[in-house]
Amino acid sequence: MKETVLEMRNISKEFPGVKALQNVSFTLREGEIHALMGENGAGKSTLIKVLTGVYSMDSGQICLSGKPIKIKSPQDAQAFGISTVYQEVTLCPNLTVAENMFIGRGKYSFVKWAEMNRKAKMLLDNLGIPAKPAQQLASCSLGVQQMVAIARAVDMDCKALILDEPTSSLDEQEVVKLFSLMRDLRSRGVGIVFVTHFLEQVYEVCDKITVLRSGEFVGEYSVEELPRLDLIAKMMGKELSSLSEISEAASMVHESESDFVYEAKNLSGSNGTKPFDFSIRRGEVNGFTGLLGSGRSESVRTIFGADKALSGDIRVGGKPARIAKPFDAMKARIGYLPEDRKRDGIIADLSVRDNIIMALQVMRGAFRPFSKQEAEDFATEYIELLGIKTASADAPVGSLSGGNQQKVILARWLLTHPDYLILDEPTRGIDIGTKVEIQKLVLRLASEGMAITFISSEIEEMLRVCSRMIVMRDRNVVGELTGSELTQDKIMRTIAGGAANAQA
Amino acid sequence: MPKLRFGKGGQPLTDSNLLLVITVSIFAAMYIISMIAFGGGFLNPQQFLNLFNENASLIVLACGLSIVMVTAGIDISVGGVTALVTVCCAVHLQGQGGNVPASLILALAIGVAFGLIQGLLVAYLDVQPFIITLAGMFLARGAATMVEVNPITVTHAGFAALRKIEIRIPGIGYYAKNGNFINSKIELGVIIALIVLIAVFAMFKWTRFGRNLYAIGGNSQSALMLGINIKRTKFFAYLLCGGLAGLGGFIYLLHTGSGAVTQATGTEMKAIAASIIGGFLLSGGVGNILGTLFGVISLVTINNIVVSMGLKGPWWQGITTGAMLCFFIVLQSIIMSRRNGGKAVRPIWMRKSREIGS
Repeated sequence: MKETVLEMRNISKEFPGVKALQNVSFTLREGEIHALMGENGAGKSTLIKVLTGVYSMDSGQICLSGKPIKIKSPQDAQAFGISTVYQEVTLCPNLTVAENMFIGRGKYSFVKWAEMNRKAKMLLDNLGIPAKPAQQLASCSLGVQQMVAIARAVDMDCKALILDEPTSSLDEQEVVKLFSLMRDLRSRGVGIVFVTHFLEQVYEVCDKITVLRSGEFVGEYSVEELPRLDLIAKMMGKELSSLSEISEAASMVHESESDFVYEAKNLSGSNGTKPFDFSIRRGEVNGFTGLLGSGRSESVRTIFGADKALSGDIRVGGKPARIAKPFDAMKARIGYLPEDRKRDGIIADLSVRDNIIMALQVMRGAFRPFSKQEAEDFATEYIELLGIKTASADAPVGSLSGGNQQKVILARWLLTHPDYLILDEPTRGIDIGTKVEIQKLVLRLASEGMAITFISSEIEEMLRVCSRMIVMRDRNVVGELTGSELTQDKIMRTIAGGAANAQA
Repeated sequence: MPKLRFGKGGQPLTDSNLLLVITVSIFAAMYIISMIAFGGGFLNPQQFLNLFNENASLIVLACGLSIVMVTAGIDISVGGVTALVTVCCAVHLQGQGGNVPASLILALAIGVAFGLIQGLLVAYLDVQPFIITLAGMFLARGAATMVEVNPITVTHAGFAALRKIEIRIPGIGYYAKNGNFINSKIELGVIIALIVLIAVFAMFKWTRFGRNLYAIGGNSQSALMLGINIKRTKFFAYLLCGGLAGLGGFIYLLHTGSGAVTQATGTEMKAIAASIIGGFLLSGGVGNILGTLFGVISLVTINNIVVSMGLKGPWWQGITTGAMLCFFIVLQSIIMSRRNGGKAVRPIWMRKSREIGS
């Protein structure tokens, strides 16, 4: 039996109106990679924040190597040997790599650059991190920055390393490197807590899984004894049949012969999108797919007018239209749920209600505000419809979990009753349960006649909802697939192969 | 910081050093072109040294501002504090038992007092630095008026002796009309200012505190996570800036020899402009203190150029200063935004709508 590094016993934490954690326990042993799993709002983030001293717990006990400790601040946590690497890199981009590894540590008054750079070089080489000590951190890729953060933690003799969604913004190669670094650390006896939404990654590197649900402890399992489907069931708290339902629903969406909602000929954008033709009918769900950087998001941003179009004839509902800015698109009854919800979507400090009515309010005009009652009714209706988990309609959106924030933006656009709704990565960074809900919702809306463009990095997901896929490479549309062509294999080949190949 | 890494190991310059290089190059180009185009005064080493003589106090004030600006803060009270210091020191020196050491201590005490209060409020109560130092600015000018409305010329013997101290630089100078070689001189204030500059430089580069200032400006949330006491660090930044404002006020008095409420009007803005031209971004975390020095002398040189061009109206100075500041900021943001992944303040028209691919 490996020695226990960290033990959290019966942790409870309450926020106004929400019991974020109730009697949650978590045990980390040395030399293991331990996945912390749960849906959005399950309490993973809260637990991590309690552990790192960002939040104080209401009750419970944290033991480090058997001794009870009190963690009051991130500094305390560091001093105890508990280090955290967050999804958003928490280093200083303006400093050098070496500085970022050593700043704020130990007792010193003067910086010895030569010694610091030498130590940093040793550590970077030792861990195989491709960065130079004197390099400014901002000039490293995101993945390398994350590894630098890990190197810092390792050098601080961390006993417990917490990786909070470290892979969300990394590409595949960087993930591979990160995993080999994690395995390396495991062999050195470091206990690693790994929080992620990617199930495959859990099965790739982890030894143990602890599942949380709605702030409660569900159980601790070893990876072998918990196959994927069981894990999902444990996370959602029910047997999972939704996935199969979905594929049935998808086949129900037939090729509609109804009118075009939106047509564009020769549309190109200032964001580098090469001219392409695009049209979508009522009740159709299509998708843009392609590798990272292929121009999926750029295309839909051009359609919505979020990025300037350079050329193109646009017809909305059969009539010529000009879409120069998002407001034009909104007037043409087009909605757009942006890829980056934090930057382009939510306004974190405004309430859920204000965020929901925002788009409709803009269309109505700033001088005709909705009455309090109207706004309240809209908000309540959609909070209920989409099952948004919030303390109240008055709570600031920033306080909600990622999936619920996404639902709020979705509610915002549904409220405008668009004819054509563009969803750019609506399921990114949210848990599997909410994912399935959103997929189902998309299909239901389509069956009610709405035209929908659905973009996702997960091809399986797109295959489930889309009846037509537009394949992009290097900002060009290189193919369009429908019906029986819609297989993962075919899509991959279209992405990889030439345009002629795709037409075949 | 200032180790230029041109090509060394293929390492690109850090943002701070890149901006320093830009500032120094532009200053050098500006000065050399003026030497060729206008000749005259620009060829006289004394005129070059006068850039320092006339602006020793501004250099000190700008050093203080650079310290708070690197944390993404601001202190606009320094001009007011300078005026208050000149008035208080003048009153003290002209009064019974006035002496020079005591006046220096008084100057520093006034500056530190302002820095202390502003620092406490900004660091521990999260008050907006712009607002609280705006209050400090009004307060300082008001207090100066309360102490003495009329300008006072300092006639104190010891102080006058101190003012006369000047350092002749051997070998550098010019021939006066009567054919005598006159060595160029610098004033005592310049020596103090350069010592301050070197001290701040060393602090920025080699002390933990100095690096922490940069970390906070780079990303204060990260700095906190990295275990830096951001409140205390910020507090000391403002304290230092205040102290330097006090010292700057004393140098100002040393240079002009009179204390008045109207002294150093607009100096805080000049100090901010000098820091920005020197490469300190308002968003914090970037800048090299040597740049600030060049920022100060660039500001003055541009005015000299305007005068040499025959544009003698006082308004031209304001217009050129404004134009130059604007030029530098635009240039900086273009260069920064061209750097790959650099943390840059891009002007809105340069911002790509998607910085990350889909």
